[in-house]
This record gives sequence, structure tokens and C-alpha cells, in this order.
Amino acid sequence: MTERDPKLRESALFNRTVISEIQRAAETGIYEIRGFGAKRAVPHFDDLLFLGASVSRYPLEGYRERCDTNVVLGSRFASKPLELDIPITIAGMSFGALSANAKEALGRGASEVGTSTTTGDGGMTPEERGHSKHLVYQYLPSRYGMNPNDLRKADAIEVVLGQGAKPGGGGMLMGQKISDRVAEMRTLPKGIDQRSACRHPDWTGPDDLTIKIQELREITNWEKPIYVKVGATRTYYDVALAVKAGADCIVVDGMQGGTAATQDVFIEHVGIPTLPAVRLAVEALKELDMHRKVQLIVAGGIRSGADVAKAMAMGADAVSIGTAALVALGDNSPEHEEGYQALGTSAGFYHDYQAGNDPAGISTQDPELAARLDPVLGGRRLANYLRVLTLEAQTLARACGKSHVHNLEPEDMVALTVEASAMSGVPLAGTSWVPGRGSY
Amino acid sequence: METIDLRKDSVRTLNSTLHGLPADTNKTAWTVTNPDGTHNIAVGLDAEIDVTVKGHSGYYSAGMNQKATVRFEGNVGVGVAENMMSGEVWVTGDASQSAGATAHGGLLVIEGNAAARCGISMKGVDIVVKGSVGHMAAFMGQAGNLVVCGDAGEAFGDSLYEAGLFVRGSVQDLGADCIEKEMRDEHKEILANLLERAGCTHDVSEFRRYGSARKLYNFKVDNASASA
Repeated sequence: MTERDPKLRESALFNRTVISEIQRAAETGIYEIRGFGAKRAVPHFDDLLFLGASVSRYPLEGYRERCDTNVVLGSRFASKPLELDIPITIAGMSFGALSANAKEALGRGASEVGTSTTTGDGGMTPEERGHSKHLVYQYLPSRYGMNPNDLRKADAIEVVLGQGAKPGGGGMLMGQKISDRVAEMRTLPKGIDQRSACRHPDWTGPDDLTIKIQELREITNWEKPIYVKVGATRTYYDVALAVKAGADCIVVDGMQGGTAATQDVFIEHVGIPTLPAVRLAVEALKELDMHRKVQLIVAGGIRSGADVAKAMAMGADAVSIGTAALVALGDNSPEHEEGYQALGTSAGFYHDYQAGNDPAGISTQDPELAARLDPVLGGRRLANYLRVLTLEAQTLARACGKSHVHNLEPEDMVALTVEASAMSGVPLAGTSWVPGRGSY
Repeated sequence: METIDLRKDSVRTLNSTLHGLPADTNKTAWTVTNPDGTHNIAVGLDAEIDVTVKGHSGYYSAGMNQKATVRFEGNVGVGVAENMMSGEVWVTGDASQSAGATAHGGLLVIEGNAAARCGISMKGVDIVVKGSVGHMAAFMGQAGNLVVCGDAGEAFGDSLYEAGLFVRGSVQDLGADCIEKEMRDEHKEILANLLERAGCTHDVSEFRRYGSARKLYNFKVDNASASA
């Protein structure tokens, strides 16, 4: 790489990325739409560390002693709660946004390790149902493809109020991805730039949500767990209201989340990071004496077993992954570098999930591109990745002396930065200080 | 005739009883008494049965109906026949907002008026309102037909896709991308059929047709360099 002339000084304010975006906007007259979630740096689980056992606590043997990972979701009201082997689930991503092969691969991988996958904005496909041992059916504002038969085929129902990438915004599916099948499933003309509704058409506010949840329970004979998913914003109040409305589980999606096509301005400027969102959600649940009774699923930037363990330690019952799952399938793999180069990008930087020309064959409806992803191999990769996340989380839990990942607690951690400490409620390393608590 | 009294039995008993009917049941006529505004009456039905509800009902009355004919003798709350797939739902009184929301099929007839957002995100249902509809009727309507024998409120047909709209009275104003369209013979045929099924005697010539201008279907992207 050529070294830059030291006389050339880049502006921190108008850096090359900013200049490029101004030029792109001037050229096209449309805001930037992309996937891959927030790219800006925000306080995250990386800013927390575990305190392994020593004199005051003793650890469990890394490979011998039992450290369970199972989780039951929906035990509050559902007669058939979801029982998963690992607390790492696959987040909602639609057929339409993803190819049928990608959806199949997600189902295969999740089923192999005993966890759930989730439909998306566009309904349930038979392939997805067939390949998913545990399938969560999303109930979205658009209600594309929504029907009571699929509702009854689901293992759980997720009422989606928002997602981390765009709390307050609706889904987008660009015309190039609206194939005949996608159009038919959504009852829309082929080729339109489809913008999903941002709010539900037949209820407003928490009191209505209570009745809506009762309706879904009545239709499914009170069997299915009902989740409520919110994008992380006013998380404390949203979680409290969702509990009051009768949810079995709450899904909180931090601002880092979002495989979906979204305006860049939305991705980067709306919502709060996952780190404070977990703390606020747990505080609300504890305030209502509902922690562990209404389960908390945390999403938004989960990449490693460390992230999983830290979310558990902060009080989550499970986590959910989207972007990481797609990467495990083969997204942004150097194997497709030639294809990325042709699109003016490179492996590691590809984020145009909305464009429909994904060289990895994941976020596309083009049959030729979609054929590049072998769903069996993709499923194996995802299962391997989920196993690694689980092993990593167990390793950390054992080091803290815990026989179940749910036994991890905030007291097992410290924060590396003042910001992370304030957001997570975990004391700054080497101190007993949490900014905003008590006097100092 | 089977009867369930909602002052004696819960809505759970009502719905589980109706859900439990076998496909070839001979218990095809049901009456529900004393609904007293109860929510979620007769939701998720999936059998060719007739249910008459005697009185006012709450939210999501006959929600997600399939195959059944449900008649509400009174007013209904928010979201009557929401996401209906097939069958028929009749309301003799007025309906609150979001009547027929997102419904994919079947026929919804409201003999009185319907409040805001009637037919919101409709996906194939046919709705006939003998009175008037409130604001934002057929908002984001994707497919099916909405017939309004009275007047339509503001932002009628806002962000409309391919649903067909017919209004006999006045339209306060049209929503984004909704325009008046020519009423051709094929539209008259659809309208006449719906009026007949709903028991209306109005002449089709009294109605005007509205639909999507299709100008919001795609983002407008300029290519400034190419056009320079």
C-alpha cells in the first residue's frame, strides 16, 4: 500500500467516507440503503471483562464438569413452551430478504444444535418449516403472508414492534428482490420497492397489545409462547409495558442489530446500544418481579461466546444472532472476492444486502446466485459456529464457577471504560464505582 | 341451534368449542348471547359454520376467520374480521377502526359506518360498508375491493397498492398516490356483484372508482452524471 504524503491532512469532520457520501447523495438524490447494522463504534460487550475464580471463588473443570446451556422460553402462559438446548437463537430474517437456500441452511444449522430459527417479514415457507425443528413465526406490522394455519404450525409467535436497526421504521425490500414467489407471498406487484408498515394496523399502545396477544393466544389455543420484540430505545418502559401486556418473552434488539435493508441514517442514528438495553430490560423485569419468569432474549451485535456469556451475566435468558449467522453461512467470505470486487467492494466490507446481487448467494432471489449456497454445507457451518459460541460461553461460565450459563451474574464482571460501566451497571475495573450510582 | 351464553361461559370456552368442531360437524348453527363487548369473540374459526352474536362485541371480533359465516347483531370494536382468510362476516351496526385490516379473503359487510382505517393493508378481502368510512380507509391496501355506499374521510386510499376502491358519496380528500380512475365494464361487474352479495340496491352508476397512481412503487433515483 502506498504511504500517504504526510502533508495531506484528512479532516476528522469531512473525512473521505463523509465526502464520498455527500457525493453519492448529490449524484442519486436518494438516501443510502444498506444492511449489516451500525458500523460506528459504540460501547459493547468488548468493554466488559470476566473475573475468573481464584481464592474467593473456585472454578469448574473446563472440560469435565457440567455446565448446562438449556433454556425454556415461554413458561409464563404458554402450555407448550419452547425448550432449547442452547441459549443462542437465530433472529428473524425473511424469505425475500434471504434466499430459500439461506433460510433452509439457517433451519438446518439451528436444528442440528437444538435451537430455534425465526421467520421474517414475508411469511413462512414450507421449506423453512420443514427444516426448522423450532420455528418462531413473526407477527409483523405488514402481516405479509400472515395466516392462522401458519400461526398454528409455529412453535412460538414473535410480535414485532421494532428492530434494532430501525426502531420506529418499517421494513424495506427493493424491487430487484421481489421475485414472482416473493410477490405472491406478500400479495404485492412484482418489482416494486416494497416498504413495510412501521406500525401495526389494528392496535395502538399497550392496552390494545394486551387484547392482541389474547387474540393470538385464543387462535392458537394458548399453546404457543408469545414474544414481543422491540428495538432498543426506551427499553425500561417498553419491557415493562410488554410484560403488562402479557408477553411470555421479550426480545430486545440493540442498535447494532440489523441484517435488513435500512436507511444508513436510521442504522447509525436511532436506538441505543445493546449494552445499556440489556441492563434496562433486566431492571424492568426485576422491578416487576418477572426476571426469569418472562424470559429476555437479547440481540444486536452478538458475535462470540464471550458476547453470549456477558449477555447472560447481565441477566439475559438467551441471545439471538442475525449478521453473525449470515457470516457463518459464507457472507463476506474471501471465497467470493471476485464477485465483491465486481461490485466495487471487498470481502469484509460487503453490506448491500438490499441489492439482491449478493455474491455469496445469501441475500438474493437470483436463482443463479442463490445456487452458490449449498444449504447442507451452510447448515453445517452454522451448526459448527453455534457449537463454538456455546463452548466459549461454557468455558467462561466454568471459569467463574458456574454450572449453568444462567448462573453467571453481573458480579462476575468489571467494565473497562467509564461509559461501559455507566451503561451496563458493572463497576469500573479496579473500583467499586458505577457512574450514576451513589456518590463519589 | 347451539347456544353459548358469555355471561355463563368464557370466551375461551366459546373459541375452544368452535375450534374443536370436526370438519363434518352437523352442529353448524351457533348463537352467542350476552357478548357485552367481550374481545376476541369467534376468532380463528376454521369450519363451515354459522355463528350469530346477539349484541355488541369488542376487539378482533371474528379475527382471522376461515370458512365460517359470523353475524354480529350490534356494533363491533377495533379490527373486526382482521386478517380474515375466507368466509363472511356481517355487522349490523357500526364498526370501530381497522375493520377488515390485512384480511386476505372473504366478505366483510358493515351495515352501519366504519371508523378510521377500514381495510387498512387489505390483501384480497372484499369489504362493503353501507354507511360511511373514517379517515385513511384502505391505507396501503394491497388487493381486494372496498365499497363505500356513503362518504369517505380524509386521506382515502393513502399509499395504495392494487386494492380497488368504490365510493358512492363524497371523498373528503385522497391520500398519497390514490387517484380517481375510469370505471370500466369489468369494474362495474365487480361492484355489481359485491353490492348484490351485500344486499345493496344502489346502481353501480352512482359510484366512482379509485386506485393507485403507482407513482410510489419505486424509489426515484437520479443519475445526475448520466443526464448531464
